[in-house]
Amino acid sequence: MSMTFDDGTFIRSELVTPLPPPIRNVGIIGWMRENLFSSVLNTLLTLFGLALLVLIVPPMVRFALIDAVWTGENREACLDPGVGACWPFIRAKFAQLIYGFYPIEERWRPNIVFAAGAILLVPLLVPSWPMKRLNALLFFVVYPIIAFILLTGGNIDASSFLFQRFGLIQPITGDASLAGVNIAFWADFVLTALVAAALVGGIIGLIGGNALSAGRAVLLAFAGFGVLVLAWDIDFGLRPVETRQWGGLLVTLVIAVTGIVASLPLGILLALGRRSQMPIVRLLSIVFIEFWRGVPLITVLFFATYMLPLFLPQGANPDGLLRALVGVALFSAAYMAEVVRGGLQAIPKGQYEGAMAVGLTWGQMMRLIVLPQALTLVIPGIVNSFISLFKDTTLVLIVSIFDFLGQLRASFTDPNWATPVTLYTGFAFAGIVYFLFCFGMSRYSLFVERRLNTSHRH
Amino acid sequence: MMKRLLSTLALAGACGLAAFGAQAQTKPAKLDQIKAKGFIQCGVSQGLPGFSTPDDKGNWTGLDVDFCRAVAAAVFGDVTKVKFTPLSAKDRFTALQSGDIDVLSRNTTWTISRDTSLGLNFTGVTYYDGQGFMIRKDKKVTSAMELSGASVCTQTGTTTEQNLADFFRANNMTYEVIAFATNDEVVKAYDAGRCDVLTTDRSGLAGERLKLTNPDDHIVLPEIISKEPLGPVVAHGDDQWFDIVKWVLFAQLTAEELGVTSKNVDEQLKSSANPEVKRLLGTEGKFGEGMGIGNDWGYQIVKTVGNYGEMYDRNVGPDTPLKLARGVNALWNKGGLQYAPPIR
Repeated sequence: MSMTFDDGTFIRSELVTPLPPPIRNVGIIGWMRENLFSSVLNTLLTLFGLALLVLIVPPMVRFALIDAVWTGENREACLDPGVGACWPFIRAKFAQLIYGFYPIEERWRPNIVFAAGAILLVPLLVPSWPMKRLNALLFFVVYPIIAFILLTGGNIDASSFLFQRFGLIQPITGDASLAGVNIAFWADFVLTALVAAALVGGIIGLIGGNALSAGRAVLLAFAGFGVLVLAWDIDFGLRPVETRQWGGLLVTLVIAVTGIVASLPLGILLALGRRSQMPIVRLLSIVFIEFWRGVPLITVLFFATYMLPLFLPQGANPDGLLRALVGVALFSAAYMAEVVRGGLQAIPKGQYEGAMAVGLTWGQMMRLIVLPQALTLVIPGIVNSFISLFKDTTLVLIVSIFDFLGQLRASFTDPNWATPVTLYTGFAFAGIVYFLFCFGMSRYSLFVERRLNTSHRH
Repeated sequence: MMKRLLSTLALAGACGLAAFGAQAQTKPAKLDQIKAKGFIQCGVSQGLPGFSTPDDKGNWTGLDVDFCRAVAAAVFGDVTKVKFTPLSAKDRFTALQSGDIDVLSRNTTWTISRDTSLGLNFTGVTYYDGQGFMIRKDKKVTSAMELSGASVCTQTGTTTEQNLADFFRANNMTYEVIAFATNDEVVKAYDAGRCDVLTTDRSGLAGERLKLTNPDDHIVLPEIISKEPLGPVVAHGDDQWFDIVKWVLFAQLTAEELGVTSKNVDEQLKSSANPEVKRLLGTEGKFGEGMGIGNDWGYQIVKTVGNYGEMYDRNVGPDTPLKLARGVNALWNKGGLQYAPPIR
């Protein structure tokens, strides 16, 4: 038997609509209570931050936008008392800030390089787009060669290799040349390749190795190098522009991109070398890393630029920008090596053992098992190095290469634009440009991290 | 063991051979090197108003820059055959010693230590500079002798700072130094009123004045407390090249003295009966040949770059923002110090 009290008077037939949550727990107010005013310390910090914003932001906006001068031909425009940023100064110097002293009528060449770089880089960075392998090949192999030819004009003066230094080749071939390509040089090159292959093969054979494969490896290396030099040697009819005339953002990007692209593989090799079982390899890696980490970048650049010519024989004087590039790449490779080593050390021993247990060779183990894990672990560190490298490029100013900031500083000295606000305007602009690049890199690395889910969030 | 030894020997031999192949021959004369490469490499400042600074189109302009163009005109008859290396104060001499540049034209003060022990040769003085003081007009100071007790803004680690100390000690005055690392900071501090006086070279004061909020509220005091003869420099060891650079400046001074300018030089070349003008322009005598360059070297310099006065007026003179009066840089017969030995 059941008793029912439902006489339809005091038992509700439907649920009460819930009250809205207290206003202090939801919406903007709730969010603020939780995030900004959750404790006394937090409240104080919030108020402090607000005060800072009020102090900093309005004057900045007023300087950069409201009081700013937007048009003008020279310093007269920006001389009124109380004016803000002198943007006509940036407009007048803009081309120089981008290209440096690159000849005006040749500036389509860096433009193509910039555009091609962007066109190749963007699909490489978007994970869902196809043909990554082809894209990477184009960007890392073909693009640098084309960029080099476009920027310098190609047609490098390849005249003597090894034997011609003793005057052995030219008497036989004469001075014949084809499309700017010196026949004597290439006869010399092929001969040198053959001799080197025979020499190395012979030595390896003597020690008891495989003479044929050693010789073939040497020939392959020469062939690869030869293709590169041949591409640069052909006369495409471009006017040569020497690197002294480069400047501005062009130089900043050339140094940063070369440094970034060269330092990662070099750094990985050095990190592996440092953890190697082979004593000589390990010792050399340690010496290399500790040497480059032990000297300041300024010293490296200064030495490469001004001291190296004192030691090199007359005439053998590598290009100034090239010297700086090599210095920057080796320097950042040493730092990169330590970042990568940190990743390698975080991989549990079981991973190595597992890889070996399924019969992988050392190379396969590293390529398929260890490095993919190690590198994804250290993405923040790698990007950190890239960003600091990007900003360190300004140091090349001390070896007379005008990067973006150097070009800006040179512009400050133009008496036609000397005003009280020129300096602030210039640095504000430089700050914006550097911030865009560095912030872009940092956001992209966060995106990659999230995608690879390396932070092991549960 | 034997095999390893053999291979080591073979490698060492190959390396030695390569090194031998790269051995340098004896150094050819500087002028021949320059003619062979087809341009002059000139070291200039990374930016100094009126002396070397890139203009809006990206061309280097300034007094120091124009002097290098004049050297190119003398050697090649073509002002474009010069390339500029912007150098900082630290690396300018290293660049010259290592042969990275052929001539240094970078507001460099001629001192005994630089001229002798550094292995350099100063070829002359393109600009007589000296350290001066700038002060606000409302301080009612008219002479540096009244500066006792003043606070002075200057750049650290420069001879400017030492000259300042010498001057105040010699005149028994007290002062307070407020030093900054870069020139821009010095100017900003002075403009903000953190010090009474700003000191640097007088040509520099003219440039810094433009960056002040109200340039007309400031005056430059008449006293010059140091000698800063600025001139082009070449490395020791090549007298022919030294002579050429030296006489380029003398030719420009002589041209101004004789009234030969870039505008009237063609006319003078045809019609002038003055033997001095004829010798300068190369229609008489073989002075260019004596230096290993063309006899029309003087004509080329004046035609393309102009005489010294034109070069001065164009870059730092009264019609430029710097508005520097000729002062001691006037010719010797107009009350200045610029004097050239005769071309004969």
